[in-house]
Parts: sequence; structure tokens; C-alpha cells
Amino acid sequence: MKQQITGAEALMRSLEHQGVKTLFGYPGGSIMPTFDALYGHRDTLNHILVRHEQGATHAAQGFARVSGEVGVCLVTSGPGATNTLTGIADAMIDSTPIVVIAGQVPTGMLGTDAFQEVDLVSITQPITKWSYQIRSAKDVAWAVARAFFLAKNGRPGPVVLDFTKNAQVEMVDYEPATVDFIRSYDPNPMPKEGSLEEAAALINEAKRPLVLVGQGVELGGAQAELRALVEKADLPCGCTLLGLSALSSDHPLNKGMLGMHGNLAPNVKTNECDVLIAVGMRFDDRVTGNLATYAKQAKVIHMDIDPSEFNKNVKVDVEVLGNCKLTLKALANLVTEAKHTEWIESFAEHDAIENKRVIEPEIHPTEGPLNMGEVVRAVSEESNHEAILVTDVGQNQMMAARYFKYTKERSIVTSGGLGTMGFGMPAAIGATFGRPDRKVCVFMGDGGFQMNIQELGTIMEQQAPVKMILMNNNYLGNVRQWQAMFFGRRYSFTPMMNPDYMQIAAAYNIPARRVTDRAELREAIREMLTTDGPFILEACVIEEGNVMPMTPPGGTVDKMLLEC
Amino acid sequence: MIKENKKTGHAKQVLPHREDLGGSMKTLYTLIVHSENIAGLLNQVTAVFTRRQINIESLNVSASSIKGIHKYTITAWCTEDEIKKVVKQIERKIDVLQANYFTDDEIYQHEIALYKLATPGFQANPVASKIIRRHAARVVEVNPTFCIVEKNGMSEEITSLYEELQQFGIVLQFVRSGRVAISTSCFERLNEYLNFREEKYNKEKEYARQ
Repeated sequence: MKQQITGAEALMRSLEHQGVKTLFGYPGGSIMPTFDALYGHRDTLNHILVRHEQGATHAAQGFARVSGEVGVCLVTSGPGATNTLTGIADAMIDSTPIVVIAGQVPTGMLGTDAFQEVDLVSITQPITKWSYQIRSAKDVAWAVARAFFLAKNGRPGPVVLDFTKNAQVEMVDYEPATVDFIRSYDPNPMPKEGSLEEAAALINEAKRPLVLVGQGVELGGAQAELRALVEKADLPCGCTLLGLSALSSDHPLNKGMLGMHGNLAPNVKTNECDVLIAVGMRFDDRVTGNLATYAKQAKVIHMDIDPSEFNKNVKVDVEVLGNCKLTLKALANLVTEAKHTEWIESFAEHDAIENKRVIEPEIHPTEGPLNMGEVVRAVSEESNHEAILVTDVGQNQMMAARYFKYTKERSIVTSGGLGTMGFGMPAAIGATFGRPDRKVCVFMGDGGFQMNIQELGTIMEQQAPVKMILMNNNYLGNVRQWQAMFFGRRYSFTPMMNPDYMQIAAAYNIPARRVTDRAELREAIREMLTTDGPFILEACVIEEGNVMPMTPPGGTVDKMLLEC
Repeated sequence: MIKENKKTGHAKQVLPHREDLGGSMKTLYTLIVHSENIAGLLNQVTAVFTRRQINIESLNVSASSIKGIHKYTITAWCTEDEIKKVVKQIERKIDVLQANYFTDDEIYQHEIALYKLATPGFQANPVASKIIRRHAARVVEVNPTFCIVEKNGMSEEITSLYEELQQFGIVLQFVRSGRVAISTSCFERLNEYLNFREEKYNKEKEYARQ
């Protein structure tokens, strides 16, 4: 007879069976048997104790985004579980594969308002790919296998396992389980017959094609396939925020970032192109601006693995369903070699305008306080444009996305869809565990830095080599910018009193430096990058700096404001 | 019986304007959804309507002819653009096998209704029993206090019988089921889907083995 083990021990073995090596978590009453089992697996499962469960989810996201593996969280029931909701929602809208395992009261006590009981499955159904309650130890192996299969296959996303306490302590005959088929869910759908040919015909006839590169290219590992297609047919590209590193910034066909604070040329050209080829992106309103005036002149080809994205926001002429690694490759075989020299050259005049009126004054100022873009570009240059960029949300995010350069795949980790302040610091912790071989630089504002500031404790304990750049402007800058532009400069609760961050860094024993002077900036950055382990660089930047250009909300993509 | 009359006090109800990709005409659509029989799935299906603030007119869930698969028949008033998106969002749920929407001319649909009538009032109005016969309804229970009439048919027929009986003021209770519907197409989409999934899985496995 096989040796019986507890459900909690079965969970450990199931995680190991899935190849998990790292998890982020926080113990508590209803998950104690599982943490007890974890104690016996410390040599194979590296558990990172965070300081707040929200931090665990963002760390798992950062881990997943840079490594392509599934990020795992282990938390307790009730408040432990509800604290993960923001991260779960963030992972859902940004298609990030994470598995959140939460304790739950014993099945016999469900529905009794027991201590730390919350109906987690119901709460998380709308913000997960799958949410499931493990009520018996017999379920553990199967549920974990299904959770990982769903989290990483097809369009990735978060999965929640609600692990009842009785299932953790029950004894079970454990056998590793594998799930490779779910009849109601096809993670690898095929394009409709003829759709690739239709797409190729449109591209072959196009005079003014434009490709929109989304995160789907990174998720599908299709960076090389994308490059092959755009080089063969000579297709200029714009990247979404999450797709920025899918195509190297210095590639001649990469024309920059799309969207509200993106680059001028790709936005303007969206409303001039004759064929728009959207790859693994979802036409978010921050990309499209006003839909009624968005790319109305163009035929639209949409390539995505999720059929519910087609025609959701933008009316599509040709739907190409499937993993873009396969569809891009097939499409590259069908298109003819072409040159669109005149069209591509026409981007340059917009680049020149943006360069002169926005970029140069932002990154190469000669007087006044430090600019945000200046700090970002200096960090990017000093790290040889090879670091992983993590951002918080707000002006720091837009400035970082705009002025960082990307030469390697999977190099941007940011909260795109949900726009979660406080995302940056824990996500950067996760990124250092996901890719210990790479430098991780996280840009934060003084608002977001304080929203998960407790994770400095995790950084201290783990000596996680997170290079934190705090761009301090004493404001909730993005909201202040909108107040300046759209609310008559009524700065309602955006000025903020700040603590002394150097003292905070000292309390956590994290090396730190404050820089206010332009002459010192480079040297300070080099000190940060060459110091082993974590570092906090506080850059005191211009208080009322603005992110430009900008398509005002509901505005038209080709009418970006260059000054405000 | 006093008919409940909700007086809002507003002379005119103002409906929110919505910008649509497609037509803005509202139609009564019937959705047929097949899913695995898993706890909590109904919640996920109805949540798709809630998120878009679309009212469900009727809802019927029961076991389908295939073991372990449940069938939902849902009706809702909305535009074609809305129903298309609703169907896609429902299909996106992992354990939903298939969702399709239909207009009334693409389905054979039926409802069942029960009418509880006051026996004295019923007896005092001989026309009432003629009406019941004309509607091909049947009396399933009679006692001195009340009788119960059962009718199945299309939605409008059920409403019309109610209205005709109600003019005598004899209806004590009235209940109608959700709509059940069968598509009139020659293709059995669910069977096709299940076969397709199985074949594809086998092919992928074969491919992986090579």
C-alpha cells in the first residue's frame, strides 16, 4: 500500500511536479498546515516572505512577466485572501500567469461566518481565468495541475485555489497529476480557413501599412517571428505599453510607443495608414483614444489568441485567431517582399517635431531642476539599455516607458490595464527572482513608493538586488497634471508631504543616495548600478513636470498635444 | 386581485444613450449555452449580463441530453452588438462549452404556465371555460376554492390567456416558466464542437509524439 500523505504535503509535491521553485506568501491561521508542510520543503521551494499579501501577488506578477513561468502566491483566508484581489485583477487584465493559493476555513464551517471566512471563489470569479475550491485532499493533485495548465496556456491569466483547512490535513494517496486537455477550453485555437490568406492579400496590397505590437508577441514568444514578418514586408511598427520590448527600440522599423503618452509618429500614422495590423493587443482606450475617429480609413487585421477580443472595441476586417508565434510565421510565408520607403520616411517629420519640442527639452535640459525623462534616459544609458524596466503607475510610468530603451525581450514590467499604484516595488522584487541574471531597475513616484513601502522589509531580508529610482516631485504627479490641464489647476489633494526617504532607507539598511544636482546624476546612477544588492536613488525632480505629448482622454490619436 | 402598479412619479423614463458599433435596435434574443456541470458556473454566466447591466428576461437551466453537460436557455432584450459581445464573454469562461444566440425565427421555443383561478368566479363566467378550451389549455385540479389551469405554448399565447382570464378578475396566482428552446438549424453545433475538440486533441498528441 502506498504511503498516505496530507493534502498540504500533496500540494507541495504537486507544486514541485509543476516545476515551481519560488513562491511569494504570508502565513496565517487557515493556511498553517500548508506552511508546516512547506517547512519540510525549504530546500526545493524558495518561499519569499512578503510584508503584505498584495505585495505577494505583484511579486508573483513580476516574476512571471520576466521569466515566462507561472508566479505562485501562498496566503491565508479572509483578509489574506482579500489583500490579493488587486494583484489578481491586475494579472487578469494584463494576462499574467499567476496561481494564488489561499487558505479557507474547513468545509464544515463554510457559510457560518467563521473567523477569517470569505467567499473567495465568488469574489474572484470575475477577475480570474479559473477559481476553484479544494474541498478534499483527493482534489489537490488534479486542481493544481489544472490551475497551472490554465494559468499559462492560451491567453495567460490568474487562477485562484481556495484550499479548505480540512483538505490540507486529510490523508490521501498521492499520485502526480497532469492536465493537458479541457474539452470546453482550447488554449491553442487555429485561425479560420482563409483568414491568413486574406490578411496576406491586404498586406501585399497595402501602400501605408502599420503594425501594432502588443504583449501577445512576448507572451507567445514570437519576437523573432514578428521581426521576420515586418522585415520581409517592410512594415513600420508601433508598440503598446506592454509590448515595448517585443521589438528592440533600435530596430529601424520600431517607430515607438502607441497611446495617450506615446510617440507622435505612430499615433498620427494610425489615422493615415491603409492597413492596420494589430498583433496580440486589445485596443485599450488608452491606445485608441476616441473610437469614433480611430483608424477609420484603414482596413484592420487583428491577430489574437482570444476570440472575444475581435470586434470588442474596434471593428475588424480580418480576424486571425491563434497563437501569434504560429500565425505570424504563417503570415510571413504568405506575404511578398516589399519596400514602403516613402511611407516609412514620412514618419520622420513627426519624430523631428516631437524630438525638438518634447524629447530634447525633457532629456537634455541645461538648467532648472532634474527632469523625470532625463533621469530615466540616464539610467537606461548607464545600464547599456539592457536592464529590465519595472515601473509604478503615473508620470513615473509614462516617463520610464517613453525614455527607457529596450534591447532584450521581456524587459518591461508595468501595470498596464489596471494602473495599480504600488505595483512597482513588489513587482521588481519578483523580477529579481525571475531573472537573477539581469539588472532590475524600478521607477516609482513618491506616491506609489509609499503605497507598498512595507516591501522594503522583503528587499532587506532577501537582499533582493532591486535598483529603486524614486522620482520625487512632492505631488501625486499624474493627477496633478490632469488637474492643471482639465480642472483649472485646482490641486485637490495632490500636493503631498513626504518623509525623509534617506532615513527610511537607513532604517532598512538599504544603501541610498539623494540627488538634486544635474552634475551629480550620472555618478549617482553608476553608484547605484555598481553597488551589490538593493539601492534607493532618490531623484528630486521638477515639481510640476508634465508628461507630453498627450492625447487627452476621448481625444483623437492624430491630434496629440505637444505642450500644455 | 389588485394588480400591482408601480407609479414612479416620473412622466417619462429617460433611457441612457449608448454608443454602439452595430445597430441600436433592441431585440429579444435567446441564448443557448452548454457548460460542464460545475458549481458556481451559473454565477459566472449571469455576471456577464450584470457587468453590462442587461436584464435577463428568463432563464432556464437543466441537464442536457449529454451526461455531465448542462443547458441554459436565456432570453434578454438587447442590441445585436451587445448580444454578440455577451456570447463571446460567456464562451470565454473556461467551463462553458459553447454559447450561441438566436432570434425567434431561428428556434422552436416553448414555455409552460400555471393559472390558479377562483372556482366561484370561474363558475360564474361560462365564457372562461370556452377561453381555456380555445387556448388548448387544460384544467389539472378543481376543488371548491380554486382550480388550476396549465398551458404550454409560445410566450405571447401564455400572456394572452392570462389577460383574457384576468378580465373576469378570477386569477389568484399566475406563474410561467423560463423559455426552453431548440434551434431549428440542421447542424447540431454542440456535437460538432465536442467531436472537433476530441479530434484536435488526438491530432496534437499524435503530432507531439512524432
